[in-house]
Amino acid sequence: MDSDLIVQILFAAVKTGTPLLFIALGEVICEKSGILNLGQEGMMLMGAVVGFLAAYSTGNMGFGVLAAMLMGSIMSLIFAVLVLQLGANQVATGLALTIFGTGLSAFVGAGFVGQTIQGFPPIAIPFLSDIPYIGRILFSHDILVYFSFGMTAVLFYVVNKTRIGLTLKAVGENPNAANAIGIPVLKVRYLAIMFGGAMAGISGAYMSLVYTPMWVENMTAGRGWIALALVVFASWRIGRIMLGAYLFGLASIMHLVLQGMGWSISPNLLAMLPYVATVIVMVIISADHFKEKLLAPRSLGKPFDPRNMA
Amino acid sequence: MIRIQARTEPSSLMKVASPLLAILLTLIFGSILFSAIGKSPLQALQVLLIAPLADTYNIGEMFVKMGPLLLCAVGLSLCYRANMWNIGAEGQLLAGALGGSAMALYFIDSDSAIALPVTLLAGIASGMIWAAVPTFLKLRFNSNLILTTIMFNYIALYLLIWAVHGPLRDPQGFGFPESAMFTQATLLPTLFESSRIHLGIVFAILSGIIGWFILSKTHLGFQIRVFGADEPAARYAGFNSKKLSWLVMLFAGALAGLAGVSETTGPIGQLVPNVSPGYGYSAIIVAYLGRLHPIGAIIAAIFMAVIYMGGDLAQIEMGIPVAVVSMFQGVLLFFLLACDFFINNRLSFSNQATN
Amino acid sequence: MKTHNSISRLELANITKQYPGCLANDNVSLILMPGEIHALLGENGAGKSTLVKTIYGVVAPDKGDIIWDGKEVSIKSPSMARDLGIGMVFQHFSLFETLTVSENIELCLSKHQLNKIGDLAARITQLSTEYGLNVDPSRYIHSLSIGERQRVEIMRCLVQSVKLLILDEPTSVLTPQEVAGLFDVLRTLSKEGCSILFISHKLHEVTEICHKATILRGGKVVDTCIPNEETPATIAKMMVGDLAEQEAGYTKAEGKTVVFSVNNLSLPSKQPFGTTLKNINLDLKAGEILGIAGVAGNGQDELMAIISGEDTRNVKQTISLNNLDIGHLHAGERRKLGMAYVPEERLGRGAVPDMSLTENTLLTHSEGFIKNGLVQWQSIKDYTKDLITKYKIKCHGEFSEAKSLSGGNLQKFIMGREIGQNPKILICAHPTWGVDVGAALAIHQALLQLRDKGAAILLISEDIDELFLLADRMAAVCNGHLSPLVKTEHTNIDQIGQWMAGTFINNTSAHTQEQEAKA
Repeated sequence: MDSDLIVQILFAAVKTGTPLLFIALGEVICEKSGILNLGQEGMMLMGAVVGFLAAYSTGNMGFGVLAAMLMGSIMSLIFAVLVLQLGANQVATGLALTIFGTGLSAFVGAGFVGQTIQGFPPIAIPFLSDIPYIGRILFSHDILVYFSFGMTAVLFYVVNKTRIGLTLKAVGENPNAANAIGIPVLKVRYLAIMFGGAMAGISGAYMSLVYTPMWVENMTAGRGWIALALVVFASWRIGRIMLGAYLFGLASIMHLVLQGMGWSISPNLLAMLPYVATVIVMVIISADHFKEKLLAPRSLGKPFDPRNMA
Repeated sequence: MIRIQARTEPSSLMKVASPLLAILLTLIFGSILFSAIGKSPLQALQVLLIAPLADTYNIGEMFVKMGPLLLCAVGLSLCYRANMWNIGAEGQLLAGALGGSAMALYFIDSDSAIALPVTLLAGIASGMIWAAVPTFLKLRFNSNLILTTIMFNYIALYLLIWAVHGPLRDPQGFGFPESAMFTQATLLPTLFESSRIHLGIVFAILSGIIGWFILSKTHLGFQIRVFGADEPAARYAGFNSKKLSWLVMLFAGALAGLAGVSETTGPIGQLVPNVSPGYGYSAIIVAYLGRLHPIGAIIAAIFMAVIYMGGDLAQIEMGIPVAVVSMFQGVLLFFLLACDFFINNRLSFSNQATN
Repeated sequence: MKTHNSISRLELANITKQYPGCLANDNVSLILMPGEIHALLGENGAGKSTLVKTIYGVVAPDKGDIIWDGKEVSIKSPSMARDLGIGMVFQHFSLFETLTVSENIELCLSKHQLNKIGDLAARITQLSTEYGLNVDPSRYIHSLSIGERQRVEIMRCLVQSVKLLILDEPTSVLTPQEVAGLFDVLRTLSKEGCSILFISHKLHEVTEICHKATILRGGKVVDTCIPNEETPATIAKMMVGDLAEQEAGYTKAEGKTVVFSVNNLSLPSKQPFGTTLKNINLDLKAGEILGIAGVAGNGQDELMAIISGEDTRNVKQTISLNNLDIGHLHAGERRKLGMAYVPEERLGRGAVPDMSLTENTLLTHSEGFIKNGLVQWQSIKDYTKDLITKYKIKCHGEFSEAKSLSGGNLQKFIMGREIGQNPKILICAHPTWGVDVGAALAIHQALLQLRDKGAAILLISEDIDELFLLADRMAAVCNGHLSPLVKTEHTNIDQIGQWMAGTFINNTSAHTQEQEAKA
């Protein structure tokens, strides 16, 4: 393989990893507050279809992205009300959200299958894109990729260096204690869940506005689920999520690599690769039970009802 | 003033009423939705709910769809009772279809009496294997069962697609991604003339009864229930969690595998890429709607099968996208979870002012 | 400060709070002056916790007024309470283990307070020296002992310059020596004019430090008194009413042959931030109660898990039952060999909350109730009815869900279920924690009866008084170490208190020799 091909592959890995990065960043914030939202896939699909519809009908790509984020938040709000207000089981509610989102997105998008739009154009960042190799891999993308860089940096700062991050971690570790010292646990969780929804929305929009760019039923193909694995892989750390997203991105384009190396394997078998890779990664990461317990937010997935505080 | 109050004892009435209320609310939601997109809500409901039960052919088709839903849902009910979050019924069903079909194709020129039982067993075994791997990974490596079973759904799907494009493709099939049609020796017998109702529905209803028997009559079933209701208590009592986990997962895998092989050897008669219209996912809803109770699952599966039929009919007769089915399923589960809130809480209407 | 004495710091008037099925506070009134140390006394469930949570803004009262420094206020949230100058140290600490001391304290402060303080870490260090609290701001909570954590909670209040400090059963988690240290801090605070509301049910502590006491029973104020004019006995009578049946000493028994032993057990904890067990040796004799004292979190949970068989990682030979190595057997198998176990958590472990008492009987008692894998529900039902009658368990019937029972009644049920299996060895953790006096008495007597029938009982408790009452031999745990075992009549509260603080760790051998000399 020549270096040009490697650069191309890594460029594609970043591009493929970007929707994973968006959605995993949203989910990690949500999980840090102690909430496990399995509705990622549903929210992402809704983001994809609504983003596409909005951009297609207005011709304004930015509008499409905003609409997708809004849609993701609305979807996550359904989840939030059920889980936080009505004390519903997080796993079941998340599954319901995914099933609902899968159906609704196909329903809404039925008339638009096969339409295409002009995606976001790539913008080479002056100077940075001239750096050998790195420039082409990282700085010759579209604006949403740069937005994901920025988002990663901002979240890294917020989570690790600010009081907001401290509050988030406190709520995720021990909501009862947080409630007792006056942190508004439900409010923090609402915001975290809705942020997760918005990020799932933009992730979907990236699929339908940039990556393909078109709307196809079920086009996210399990990325919402892979993002959940990615969060575990990254041990709930922002920086590692970025790295992990690109590694998963690389795994999903392995067929390019293998073709580049002159292999010929059925594309249907190659299509399994990201899922097999996810399973393998999960096995390796979780095998150290002790470490995972140490790193995971303590109250993750457990119900919290402030009315039980008597 | 309306206030929400916690009940001192959970309401047993609401435990039963909640699924019914959820169904009612889903129908209301559906009517509003159909009005919003300019369809007559009454006509839509007629097509979705009444038409599927309007004639014997449709009722037969309803039972054909109910079979795999119920088989998967009974297994999932047991898993969820034991807190094993198996989302992999779809993959286990596909694995069963794939393994069973491979065996059926092996018997393609045979008229042996054992051909059908062996084919069914191959399907069951394939489903069990597909459930066993994530179970092993969870118990041995502590990996998240939800995620691994989901991944295994995707892997099964691509494996099946690969198989019908490759090794199992019908050589005389003009390159279509389908297997050859199975021969009589490996086809499930139908129960009535002029209907596609086949032995699969008998398996399904039997599985519901067996599931109920295990849960409420056996010590093992009791242990499963304790394990799901209160894991620390199960560990305190010294129940063998690994054994129980294996048991429910293999049981669920076997039933889902049976569902898969019953589809290919039953109504379809060959292996095709779209064996399942998401039965394994819908079964999650069926399990919940049936209150994770195998007998409840039988009733819930009938309702879900009607919705499936209705979805098909609505597409044909009214041009409504078939995706409406999975949307309704999601909404149904939302409403169910919301209604369940009132098992432990109630609204109180009072004029009492605070302070 | 003296000039303000005429105005009360806090006045509660007719506070009422209703929970479903329980009137937690019924017209409670109370006055607290500046600098006063005021005890709030009562049994578990008397409404003490609800009342202080009302003051701290965690619980909103249905009725009643709160007057702070002469002005009527409505305290809507803990942050509002803190703004007024109210600080609270919780019984179950509200600290975050994965954060540092100073991060924990920061979370309780408003931006405004934080700006006023400036360098938080420096302020913590300064206060730490001033009050002798010895708190290092940069340490993570999970690395601190329970006593240190409590000091962090107190520090959290001091940083905000409190005018009222509420402590919810602060001494239940401390060694006797740590209690003395805490009292010094409280006295200093009181001298500076800080009012203190002190919840406890340990009467000698109340008479030692408190200026006034309010006694609650069933949500109502039943009495007030000046503690140093009373004796623990007279206060106890106010607390429990005429029901008070003071338990006199019971006769001690001499154990016979060793039936159960733990040999050279060393094992790291399974849980993050758990306690590592270090070279534990223990032998339990038939016909005796062996008591293990210790502050929570010093390895009791880990030791219990290993003894009961929930944790089977230890090597086979470290645990033996009647000379049989059972370290590899899981809990179910050990039950079959005659071990029974009453865990600390009743609901959610000792009993499944959402299951009926009949089903909860089957939880651990399956012998004779299973035929060919099928459950004989009718016989279990009858047996459960008998248990309910025999142990006078208050409930609607054998169909009642475990969670509908009061703590004391559920504990009697669990105790009855375990004893009903005629165990050779009973492991019993904190049997009367949070249980009313009547139920505690019944439980104590059931334990003694079982002992006199020849069973070996291992009793783990944080309540030293209870251990001295029941145990025939005693030991203490500290930081994963187990002290030497001594006969109860050869030791005293002071020595066990020192062992709880770990004084035996470096000179175990010296102590053992001393005990041998005494015996």
